[in-house]
Amino acid sequence: MQRSDYLIRRTFFALATLVAVVVFNFFLFRILPGDPVKAIIRSPRLTTAAREKLRVDFGLDKPIFFDGERLREGDVAGAFDTQFTAYVRALLRGNLGISFRSRRDVAEVLAERVWRTVVLVAGAETLAVVFGMALGLVSAWRRGTRLEMTILLWALFSWGLPTFFLGIVLLLLARGHLPVGGMVVPGLKPEAGLVYWVDVGRHLILPTLTMTIIYTSSYVLIMRSTAVEVLSEDYILTAKAKGLNTFQILRDHALKNAMLPMVTMVALNLGYTVGGAIQVETVFSWPGIGRLMYDAVQLRDYPVLQGVFLLLAVSVIAANLLADILYSVLDPRVKPE
Amino acid sequence: MAILQVRNLSVNYLTDDATALRAVEDVSFSLDQGRSLGLVGESGCGKTTAMLGVLRLLPAEGRIVSGEVLYEGVDLLDLSEREMRNYRWGKIALVFQGAMNALNPVRRVGDQIAEAIMIHESVDKTAARKRVGELLDMVGITREMAGQYPHQYSGGMRQRAMIAMALACSPNILIADEPTTALDVMIQAQILDLLQNLQKELELSIILVTHDLGMVAEICDDVLVMYGGKTAEYASVDLIYNESLHPYTQRLLQAFPDVDNPTSTLASIPGYPPPLDALPPGCRFEPRCYCKKHICAAESPPLVAVKPGHYVACHPDGG
Amino acid sequence: MKQFKEIWRTFRRRPMGMLGALLLLSVVFVAIFAPWLAPYDPKAAIAVKPEDLLTPPDAEHLLGRDDAGKDVLSQLIYGARVSLTVGFAASFMSMFIGTVVGLVSGYYGGRIGNALMRLVDFLLVIPSLPLMLVFISIWGRGLWKIILVIGILGWTFNARLVRSQVLSIKERQFVLRARALGAGHLRIIVRHVFPQVLPLILAEAVLSISDAIIAESSLSFLGLGDPMLVSWGMMLNFAFERAISRMAWWFLLPPGFAIVWVSVGLIMMGNTLEEIVNPRLKTHHLFDPRCMVARIAGARPKVEAEGAME
Repeated sequence: MQRSDYLIRRTFFALATLVAVVVFNFFLFRILPGDPVKAIIRSPRLTTAAREKLRVDFGLDKPIFFDGERLREGDVAGAFDTQFTAYVRALLRGNLGISFRSRRDVAEVLAERVWRTVVLVAGAETLAVVFGMALGLVSAWRRGTRLEMTILLWALFSWGLPTFFLGIVLLLLARGHLPVGGMVVPGLKPEAGLVYWVDVGRHLILPTLTMTIIYTSSYVLIMRSTAVEVLSEDYILTAKAKGLNTFQILRDHALKNAMLPMVTMVALNLGYTVGGAIQVETVFSWPGIGRLMYDAVQLRDYPVLQGVFLLLAVSVIAANLLADILYSVLDPRVKPE
Repeated sequence: MAILQVRNLSVNYLTDDATALRAVEDVSFSLDQGRSLGLVGESGCGKTTAMLGVLRLLPAEGRIVSGEVLYEGVDLLDLSEREMRNYRWGKIALVFQGAMNALNPVRRVGDQIAEAIMIHESVDKTAARKRVGELLDMVGITREMAGQYPHQYSGGMRQRAMIAMALACSPNILIADEPTTALDVMIQAQILDLLQNLQKELELSIILVTHDLGMVAEICDDVLVMYGGKTAEYASVDLIYNESLHPYTQRLLQAFPDVDNPTSTLASIPGYPPPLDALPPGCRFEPRCYCKKHICAAESPPLVAVKPGHYVACHPDGG
Repeated sequence: MKQFKEIWRTFRRRPMGMLGALLLLSVVFVAIFAPWLAPYDPKAAIAVKPEDLLTPPDAEHLLGRDDAGKDVLSQLIYGARVSLTVGFAASFMSMFIGTVVGLVSGYYGGRIGNALMRLVDFLLVIPSLPLMLVFISIWGRGLWKIILVIGILGWTFNARLVRSQVLSIKERQFVLRARALGAGHLRIIVRHVFPQVLPLILAEAVLSISDAIIAESSLSFLGLGDPMLVSWGMMLNFAFERAISRMAWWFLLPPGFAIVWVSVGLIMMGNTLEEIVNPRLKTHHLFDPRCMVARIAGARPKVEAEGAME
């Protein structure tokens, strides 16, 4: 297949999904019982000025999606002057509403905290992919041995381990030796330079370790089945017949072929990874997006909830698209044009 | 001078319940430098297994249970795996059946050929690449194709690329396992021509594994007909064609269209080859043989030299 | 029917699968006989004194008491009921929806099939836990709401699997034959296609039960469980919020271990079933080659014309 065709199709799909998510996100918060948007307006915590701003920005006195009356009057443009369009317009301007709890712009809060989650997730995913691929390849190569059994059992066990519980266990074990909460020791500021960042790093250890252990298991299992299939392909026998030794075969023939499906799997798994981040940030009080979502749930801070959800969904869509692009570059069977 | 001597080679396959399937039993032949052998038989008769056994490339369930494989006097079956690797490709190369996936789809063809060279000879990348170009010339593929991937080659080209790769280290013996299966007739002829040219130019010994006796006639000097894992008949090409003695060989000859006699009826051999887990106690061909005698079902016929250079495993008349 | 007997016979011989079944059955047993096994009733109101709160294990309370003075062991035992209920119910829902979608999309193909697959792709991209969080926090808490939410988000994987199976079965002889005989589509699907897919669905169902149990425990841990019921996730929620600073391991660890116990059991069972239904290759080309040459000493069969073979 042509690479440009493939990419166009995937981009189109990503955009369509994006649109669907935006619409979905909008309706989610308005259709479900307990209309949270109205609740926001009624909340005594907001100042009158803030309430007015919300009313105007989000068109909360207008119909939700479609104005039947105005359409009947022949006012087509007016028919779409609704909450939905207001929402989309606000979204395009980067306005995600105001946090119930902190009275700050949701977008601002998100921007502030997003990098903390990115550091956590990126680090854990990278480690998990590397370990997962290595252990998966080894267990496939050593099919039928005790080593394979051990790796397999370990992977199945960690699959059944809830992320938050592993966090709790590690927290209990490491308490006193490693920092178990927050991002930095209270009082330490970025101005302190290297000391600050080292402390952040120390606080990052347990959360990253938790996520790495959990996610390695799924990558081990995937890599294992992919690698067994790869290692039974004809070209591996050809390589053997050519006189290559096992290590050369693994390195020069098996690895690249087995890695390809991993790219897709990492992207597909991102939805779950995000869920794990929420749990880990909660357990270790890591002040990222996940923890923000947890707090928002506890406090019924719907604007934040909506904003975080949108951000997470968009990130996963984007990551999937990136993975598709990467895959098309790596696999020569997807022809460039 | 015999470059390869296979003596009493027997290969079993172990099944899940530990029974042994006797896929190859007691096969022997001798190959001189420069001469070519045709290994002929139906699918499943053990010809591919025998060749995999020679190079010790059997699948995990395969066991070489007896025999010797003497390459220039050295028994390959005595070597360690590491020593064996020196012989693979460098001395004896194998072109597999069905080159569809025999080349790694995510690596360039030229790189895969160069890899073969660099494993066995200590040359640098540029020298290897030069040799790749020469090899592709030899098999009639344009040099630029070296940078392409296998899926960009046609079926015939892939087969020729495999042959080029097999010749990369100038082996003495080339084992070609069904080199023309799944290729159309024109391409088949091209491949055959290529093999013949290589034979002449490089003094290459070819072991041609096939079910096509016609192909064998064009390329080979000797023929070993296998049936049910055992040797049925082993002789020179002339003797096989003109004085064949084994009923199976004779039927095989009749099963192929004769260009001189186009209207003669093609004979097919009714029945199926014996299942390896239920081998008959006597001659394995007996159930399908048209001239069987009482002894055939009871006793397996030994391979006998009917005259020098002509071996048959069949109970003679009047037995 | 016959193929299930086959599957069971093979399953019986797999230690990992049987161990998993044992783990699962032990939890089922505990859930069913909870009222008899639990030393106390977790719902009963009790009079507590301040020193009764968060006490470590002793003779009267084998797993100690929680932050409200209640017996941890009893809550643990009753918690099995919630986990298993959610697990089985949500899994059944996912499997049901997924199978129907997979069957329809695979059998009918065309635009309906593609449209359904687009829907599946869309749902797969949405991160599941955040979506569940959003749903429950807006909709409200409750056991059936949790089951519904987990069930509705879990069918996509199964749909894909079933669809690809159906696509290959659709062209097989017995289906074509049935069609030639004039059988209606529904009949073919129910009588011919579905039984072929069922074994795989069962294997996946077992695995999805463990996913559902873990999902429920995560939701409960994050504070969205059914407040009227005690589930292991809820116990962990309370334990974490109130007992972590006191290192009350007897409250913190048992519910988690229970979740792991039942999940790993289900995973081992499911993995084994999957290997039986969809066997994976047992060997490949890179095995230890030392056993290939296995010549039996002196086992040279008698053959004439050895020596000078020309």
